Amino acid sequence: MLLISCPWCGPRAESEFSCGGEAHIARPLDTDALSDEQWGDYLFMRKNPKGLHREQWLHAAGCRRWFNAERHTVSYNFTKFYKPGENPDAAPSAGAAA
Amino acid sequence: MSNFSIFALARNAMSYHENWQKQWRSPAPKASYDAIIVGGGGHGLATAYYLAKEHGMRNIAVVERGWLGGGNTARNTTIVRSNYLWDDATHLYEKALQLWEGLSQDLNYNTMFSQRGVMNVGHSLQDMRDIERRVNANRLNGVDGVVLTPAQIKAMVPIMNTSSSLRYPVMGASFQPRAGVARHDAIAWGFARAADRLGVDIIQNCEVIGVQRQGDQVVGIETTRGVIKSKKIGVVAAGHSSVIADMAGIRLPLESHPLQALVSEPMKPILHTVVMSNAIHAYASQSDKGDLVIGAGIDSYVGYGQRGSFPVIEHTLQAICELFPIFRRVRMNRQWGGIVDVAPDACPIISKTHIKGLYFNCGWGTGGFKATPGSGWVMAHTIAQDRPHALNAAFELNRFNTGHLIDEHGAAGVAH
Repeated sequence: MLLISCPWCGPRAESEFSCGGEAHIARPLDTDALSDEQWGDYLFMRKNPKGLHREQWLHAAGCRRWFNAERHTVSYNFTKFYKPGENPDAAPSAGAAA
Repeated sequence: MSNFSIFALARNAMSYHENWQKQWRSPAPKASYDAIIVGGGGHGLATAYYLAKEHGMRNIAVVERGWLGGGNTARNTTIVRSNYLWDDATHLYEKALQLWEGLSQDLNYNTMFSQRGVMNVGHSLQDMRDIERRVNANRLNGVDGVVLTPAQIKAMVPIMNTSSSLRYPVMGASFQPRAGVARHDAIAWGFARAADRLGVDIIQNCEVIGVQRQGDQVVGIETTRGVIKSKKIGVVAAGHSSVIADMAGIRLPLESHPLQALVSEPMKPILHTVVMSNAIHAYASQSDKGDLVIGAGIDSYVGYGQRGSFPVIEHTLQAICELFPIFRRVRMNRQWGGIVDVAPDACPIISKTHIKGLYFNCGWGTGGFKATPGSGWVMAHTIAQDRPHALNAAFELNRFNTGHLIDEHGAAGVAH
């Protein structure tokens, strides 16, 4: 069971959360000008890295707010938790935040 | 290399089975090949076998970073069926099922393919409407299937709780009699041995660390055992497809998730078919050894660690215990996870890419085992002819640009 630190509620069990997949995928603004390839890339293509991954989480059975996390996809260790809009590179590491 | 037969068995019994030949060679990689398959699981080995058998190519290598069939080939619940909803998917999986039916003879290897039927249980009126629609679609496509009532289910599987007091009562099921299970190891080993006999070099402990290109043409791979040149490279790397694609500068619409399964202690025969339920998310069969083989769902997050999370096990076993109250006291023996590459439409990608000579066979997600021979068969055609076969033309990578997705979540969502 993962221990996930909601930036608003603190550390809670994995079963309270649902994962929203890769974070920081911005919807293109110039939608009229997009090619089918660019639309496909935005909608479907994913980084899916073997290593550090920034992803969205929802504290579904808690405060019901979204936040972002950085997690290693092999060890599953969380390295950062940060609120939407916050700069992940400026966020403290997970050890310090908890 | 000698054939396996009853006579070979008797002959080797005389020498206490100490003189069986190795089933395949372990050659050092050559400097170049006509084609290289990256990934020595069932799909990759099947691809190499059909390249050699159907397309006359002999100078082929299969490179595998671990050992043969040590990934998802050994980590699934061995269910084989073809009762998908949409025509494109049904035709592909039905081709695979037809290959399964002759596979033991073809490979001279006992795949222990047992057509004991697969039952997909419905728990709501909408489930039953979907089941009836899917069975009708199957029959129009020449795939066998019937809709069962709860009384018929009870007659077939007396241990299933079909009482109306269940939280999610059993309201009926679809049943495909030709579906069943097979022996997972035998698929990898059978394809490896048959491919090796046709001259395919199977190279284990050889991890790909780079893909070499000249312009828009692929020219080779860098591996932990040196550079191997080839102008045709088929990547059949399942959960690690995105990792290889990243080396080649290609983006794939895949996310890799851990998918879990578990087996119980062995018991006397009690469950003679495969029972699956999409709605309550559980499926079970009993292996010839006697242990229950139980499949769970995927973890919701991207993961490459070959293990699963406890909440998923708990969720699955709740459903199994509800459906089969007699199993409540059964102890579980082992649990494991495999990394499945899930595409947005739960359908595979068997495709050329914008790099010449680089082909991908991935995205099988939670249901690749059943397709192993068919997957290799169409992938071999795609590589040899440099164009997809009619059976996989709809499964090109560019469907994510055209929007022609094949939404099989209804038939593939849980079912493996």
